[in-house]
Amino acid sequence: MAEDKEKLFEIEGLRISAKNDEGEEVKIVKGVDFNIHKGEVVALIGESGSGKTTISLATLAYTKPGLYFSGGECRLFGKDVLSMSPVEQRDLRGGNVAYLAQSAAATFNPAITINEQVTEAAVLHGRLTQEEANERAIELYHALELPDADRIGYRYPHQVSGGQLQRLMAAMALCGKPDLMVLDEPTTALDVTTQIEVLKAFKKVIREQNSAAIYVTHDLAVVAQVADHIVVLYAGEVMEQGSADQIINNPQHAYTKRLMAAARPKPTSGMGEAVTNEHHRDIDNIEVKDMTAGYGGIVDGEPVVPILRDINVSVRNGHVVGVIGESGCGKSTLARVMAGMLPPARGDVILDGKKLEGSLKNRSLEELQKVQFVFQMADTALNPKQLIGNIIGRPLEFYHGLTGKEKHKKVSEILEMVELPPAFASRYPMELSGGQKQRINLARSLAANPEVMLCDEVTSALDSIVGANVIKLLTDLRNKTGVSFVFISHDLSTVASFADEIVVLYAGRVVEQGPVNDVLDPPFHPYTRLLISSVPEMRIGWLEDTMQKREMAVGIARGVEITRRGCPFYNRCPMAIEGTCEMDTPPLRQLKEGHEIHCHQTIEALEEAEREAQQILHGYEKIGEDDQIPTAH
Amino acid sequence: MMMRMVWQRIGIGFATLIVVSIIVFIATSLLPGDVAQIILGQSATPETLAALRAELGLDQPWYVRYFSWLGDMMTGDLGISKAGGATIASLIGGRVGNTLQMAALVAVISIPISIALGLWAAMHPGTWLDRIVTFGTLATISVPEFFIATVLVLILAVELQLLPSTAYLTGNESFGQLLKALAMPLVTLVIVVSAQMIRMTRAGILNVMSSPYIEMAILKGVPRKRIILRHAFYNAIGPIVNVIALNLAYLVSGVVIVETIFAYPGLAKLMIDGVQTRDLPLVQACAMIFCGTYVVLILLADIGSIVSNPRLRNPK
Repeated sequence: MAEDKEKLFEIEGLRISAKNDEGEEVKIVKGVDFNIHKGEVVALIGESGSGKTTISLATLAYTKPGLYFSGGECRLFGKDVLSMSPVEQRDLRGGNVAYLAQSAAATFNPAITINEQVTEAAVLHGRLTQEEANERAIELYHALELPDADRIGYRYPHQVSGGQLQRLMAAMALCGKPDLMVLDEPTTALDVTTQIEVLKAFKKVIREQNSAAIYVTHDLAVVAQVADHIVVLYAGEVMEQGSADQIINNPQHAYTKRLMAAARPKPTSGMGEAVTNEHHRDIDNIEVKDMTAGYGGIVDGEPVVPILRDINVSVRNGHVVGVIGESGCGKSTLARVMAGMLPPARGDVILDGKKLEGSLKNRSLEELQKVQFVFQMADTALNPKQLIGNIIGRPLEFYHGLTGKEKHKKVSEILEMVELPPAFASRYPMELSGGQKQRINLARSLAANPEVMLCDEVTSALDSIVGANVIKLLTDLRNKTGVSFVFISHDLSTVASFADEIVVLYAGRVVEQGPVNDVLDPPFHPYTRLLISSVPEMRIGWLEDTMQKREMAVGIARGVEITRRGCPFYNRCPMAIEGTCEMDTPPLRQLKEGHEIHCHQTIEALEEAEREAQQILHGYEKIGEDDQIPTAH
Repeated sequence: MMMRMVWQRIGIGFATLIVVSIIVFIATSLLPGDVAQIILGQSATPETLAALRAELGLDQPWYVRYFSWLGDMMTGDLGISKAGGATIASLIGGRVGNTLQMAALVAVISIPISIALGLWAAMHPGTWLDRIVTFGTLATISVPEFFIATVLVLILAVELQLLPSTAYLTGNESFGQLLKALAMPLVTLVIVVSAQMIRMTRAGILNVMSSPYIEMAILKGVPRKRIILRHAFYNAIGPIVNVIALNLAYLVSGVVIVETIFAYPGLAKLMIDGVQTRDLPLVQACAMIFCGTYVVLILLADIGSIVSNPRLRNPK
């Protein structure tokens, strides 16, 4: 299909290098060839360090500071962009080739209105006048289904949501009608529900504008939805390339197969390990009772900015409780209340049957030691000026009074527990990779010898293979030490593979909780359903199928809004009962031992909805299989 | 949101002034020496001393004196100089004009130069011209101002005989004569205050230049000049206005050395004279003017950075 189209970009023998401290050349990209045709989406996939971003930036004749082009050509319509003059390159960037970065929040200039940033390149390169560009921007906002499209351009970046900003960045790239768009992990940082919304918008505009794109990602399920051609990279070399269909359904290279294996599977029951462990006792370790919390101080027993409302969660000894929900649902707030960083407005935190003080300051040293927090970003959690040995040694000294040789020995032991060599004690955080830093971050908490570890999105910043290794480590630690975990993540598959129990949090309320296999099996709370069906499947055409579903249409269109009464999910719920759901607190429906759903709909109604959805889904699959519309039986 | 923050800053500024007034009052009370003794000199008898003290209110407890002093100040009555008998308002009046005139001239020259040079250096980091600017400003900051002043006097006044070495004003100079008289202290002060402002502008811009949105601007093919002026400058305004405010405050209150060297009749020199003659009301009034200047300028800088921040200007 691609062969009869016009070649847009030819990348041939591309080499990119860096200089190390001794001034020797370090090869980063080692001779890469591939072509991009008009109207084609080429995906570059690989884990971090594979050079995928570096290669994609070569089409803009740009390298990150410290890197340089050491060979090969990137030809746009037959002209090598690497040997262009700086002025020509300036017109190439933002003119012929447009770039979309991973984090729109960091990529938009906070001091300039959205419209100026969206139209800037098109006007600057003389592709459009300011008036034409403004008109086109508004057209694009409509095409990208942005709310208040006619006026959103007058806002500043902080006034729109993350998912909207990500789509606005697409408008910024498309405004000057570029020949090629480079999309660098544009959905990686988003919630699954937001990801679908953004993917759908990207796919639509790419098709309508008939522009070509390079899509850089490590997520094969996402690639399956958007790519025509896939290039698999490892350590700066092409392992395998071919049509999307061939790579996904019939991978040849061993590395591609490995990547497929590490790709996140659809969360289903039975993914986690069975709860069989000597450390498991059915005693509550940490418990949160009737808790309400928020920010901005407390007035009349109510937080000024409420986040969590009437939360009841308990973590049994040696168990892993996964907390899921979109961003803004209060997952981190829950962990902060447990840790004592945020005193609750109402309700109690109970550790080993004993009520804890709400504030960290009033807790005893022993209580502090028993509950440890692991932060999401190891980069910011570890002091860059301290040696690893000091970072891990500090809690040993503070909680256990270890000094000198004893401390040193214990640091080595802990490093071994997180599968790092003891020699790391004399290194600085900067010298470590992302995955290694996250291990040190865990080791710091472990050093306190806690009973409960609160892990806040600890794998979210890592790519799939490194993330999978960290989960394996956590599983080992749990089995070895019997520590209980509260594991917060927006990634359902990760939670499904590691947790014993799941708490589904929506807009500050628990909507469903129970053992992992029960929560991931029907009947579902409508929100749990939305989350599960939003996880991309590694199947071409999945995105289109999913968007047909009733709950997706309502659920994707709106975002998380915290309410003070009723069920906060009612405005995104396909089964909402008007007059009831938004007014009254949903009743608790107990299904099995420990499995509860908070919903105004009866269990029977939820089961019926599930059956209907399955029927529709199977209908689609039949169409796919038979390539014909099934006749009525 | 923004207005609340602005009012908050104004409140804090006011509280600062009150605290400062207490400190100034107590500190000046602690200065050694007795005004009555100084006024009456060697001929004082214990009786005349006591009578004068009562007349001056020196026999009252400190807090009574503090509130009456504060009350007088609020109503614009700065008191009467204890050495000489003239009103403090008349003593200060002329000097304030001189000081503000100098500060304004220095500001008008140094702020545009500093921002331009700072931006220019940030636009060409690592080039030899950038290094000259960086090194030059660092050297200027490290060298005490009296040294710069002395060197300037040596070159411009003694060797080349271009300019007068003092800046004594009679009050009826023409504008040309005025400029010539002021040239030496002006040049000295411009050099001293510009150095800091240049460095801060350069550092502020370069700090912003490593942000992802600047890389994005590069990848959109935006020319470097526009990146600095449109994309980086607006985000660096906060620290830049703060350093400008600090330097302006310094121009009002901290230039005593330069005023002394060039015999310029400014406010700072008046205060030093006040200390020498144990003229407490004068010292207190000068100190309050200096503190007030600092508080007002820092307040303006804070409001400047609040207003330049779109997050605060346009809440969600």
